[in-house]
Amino acid sequence: MLKQPGDASAQKLSPWRRAINLAATWFAIGAAVLVIVPLLAIFVYLLIKGAGSVNLAFLTQTPKPPGELGGGMANSIVGTGIILAVASIVGVPLGIGCGIYLAEYGRGRFGDLVRFTADVLNGVPSIVIGIAVYSLIVLREKHFSAFSGGVALGIMMIPTIARATEEMLLMVPNVVREAALGLGIPKWRTTLSISLRTASAGVITGCMLAFARVAGETAPLLFTAFGNQFWSLKLNQPMAALSLQVFTYAISPYDDWHRQAWAGALILIVLIVAAVGAVRIVTSRGMLKGAS
Amino acid sequence: MSGTVNEMNSPDSFNPSEKPATAIPTLAQTATQRKAISASSVLERIRQTHPRSSRMPDAAFAVLIVLTAISVFAIVAFVLWELVDKSKLSLHQFGLAFFYGHDWDPVNGDFGAMPFIYGTLVSSALALFIAVPLSIGVAVYVTEMCPIRLRAIISFLVELLAAIPSVIYGLWGIFVLAPLLREYVEPFLAKSLGWTGFFGGPMYGIGMLAAGIILSIMVVPIIASITREVLTAVPQSQREAVLALGATRWEMIRMGVLRNARIGILGGIILGLGRALGETMAVTMVIGNRPEVSKSLFAPGYTMASAIANQFTEATGDLYLSALVEIGLALFLVTLIVNALARLLVWSITGGRAGRARA
Repeated sequence: MLKQPGDASAQKLSPWRRAINLAATWFAIGAAVLVIVPLLAIFVYLLIKGAGSVNLAFLTQTPKPPGELGGGMANSIVGTGIILAVASIVGVPLGIGCGIYLAEYGRGRFGDLVRFTADVLNGVPSIVIGIAVYSLIVLREKHFSAFSGGVALGIMMIPTIARATEEMLLMVPNVVREAALGLGIPKWRTTLSISLRTASAGVITGCMLAFARVAGETAPLLFTAFGNQFWSLKLNQPMAALSLQVFTYAISPYDDWHRQAWAGALILIVLIVAAVGAVRIVTSRGMLKGAS
Repeated sequence: MSGTVNEMNSPDSFNPSEKPATAIPTLAQTATQRKAISASSVLERIRQTHPRSSRMPDAAFAVLIVLTAISVFAIVAFVLWELVDKSKLSLHQFGLAFFYGHDWDPVNGDFGAMPFIYGTLVSSALALFIAVPLSIGVAVYVTEMCPIRLRAIISFLVELLAAIPSVIYGLWGIFVLAPLLREYVEPFLAKSLGWTGFFGGPMYGIGMLAAGIILSIMVVPIIASITREVLTAVPQSQREAVLALGATRWEMIRMGVLRNARIGILGGIILGLGRALGETMAVTMVIGNRPEVSKSLFAPGYTMASAIANQFTEATGDLYLSALVEIGLALFLVTLIVNALARLLVWSITGGRAGRARA
């Protein structure tokens, strides 16, 4: 691993240059190790502290009042699912539509502008999106709601999906489009049934990445979905979410809640890693690589 | 190519007598079938198989797609509008003094965001201080040094780091990192570097230092992935040329690779800064949430994002809420500028299509 590229001349190197070269190599290796270590540490702690607390009660019960032992996060798990479903309904069509525009229509200046705006939206802090959705929906409806939480997360999904869709569509060879148009298929049909379908593996990857990204988001839910200690399946009522529950429990003073926070975090990360892992499998098998 | 189009178009299953259309083919057809058009028989065939009525769905689809594209603008514009609208009260009341006022006193209706701005800047600077060398190191290792087999694994692990939700970083920060800092790292720093004044005072574990470290872990994947993309974009001939002059590997990386990629790397760093400035949950959980300006990194602090997260739902009174929204507005504008700058830098290297951060 430490072999010199110019091995033959290595003998003639001055000690100083050789030492610098060696130091740089070890610095790079050290950096790689230092970056990987926290990742492993987080996973090890999640497994050690979380696995022991995930049991049937945790998966089927709702939270107990403060101070009481036991209880679970069943409502949070379901709530996260519902909020993410709303987010996907908002984010996926808009994201894919925007991606189609960028790849198939927006070649000019306006296209660059849209691309740029999407990237800027990608960088807007999630808490700021939370404030905006709060004033759009929560203030008008006069109460926190699962729907507003879903909208906030959906907005955050758009840029990721749009850029992924664009990249994948651009990889579809033009010959394919020309063949379809040549057969007399209208452009909208060509785009949807030919181009988008050919690129589907990559587009799905993008959607899953966006999904994984927002699945653990907490900040935009603080003042939209708000959280709920009880069962609620109504979209216009406050709803529990795993990430919110983990946050609430982590900063609480109760040991039993700390234990449950680890368990909730484990469930959350298992969901996300499963999504990212599925993405890896899809992209490695799919015809269009390049999403990674 | 046009021959194929011609052949595929020729079966007479399409009814040629349907409409003697005089219509011009749609834009898409002219764009993609320019060659075919030169052959007049093919043009005639296209006209016949594309009656006027079939262009309606095309137009509708185009409008729909353009609308979704516009929606992205609309969202950004709407966010800005809501923030300005909701923070008007505070903007009028305090003006610029809001940004250098030291007192955050909701009870007496006195709001100055200085402690939050200070906390955001210091924690982000600390994060970059730690993350930049590490991420460039990882990127250089992955692109220039490591065996091919390790390359995919390390890239995957670094990407995975970006997929961990910030609330889990926060959880880990509270229960693992903070005790570690309190017991081992902070006493060591106080002993060895206490004379600088940055490492003094009571050691809680939770505080500015913990926030900076957590942020640095979260920022590394962004900077590293962009740096990796930019390094990969450096032509191989640059490396070969420097090596041919007798450079060692490090000299090759420094002169042939890093120097060529420096603007893109800077873009990646700024993008990381954007993420660090706006990061909320993990920081809120480990920074201690005390609105004070303290020289020591051990002391608890408060950031703009965590102020909003902690106080927004509890804010009583319009002025209080308005002040919090104004912090959000400031955060939005700063990250907007930072991200725009970063994108321009990265685009100037990779040409607009690549350079996508998975943040």
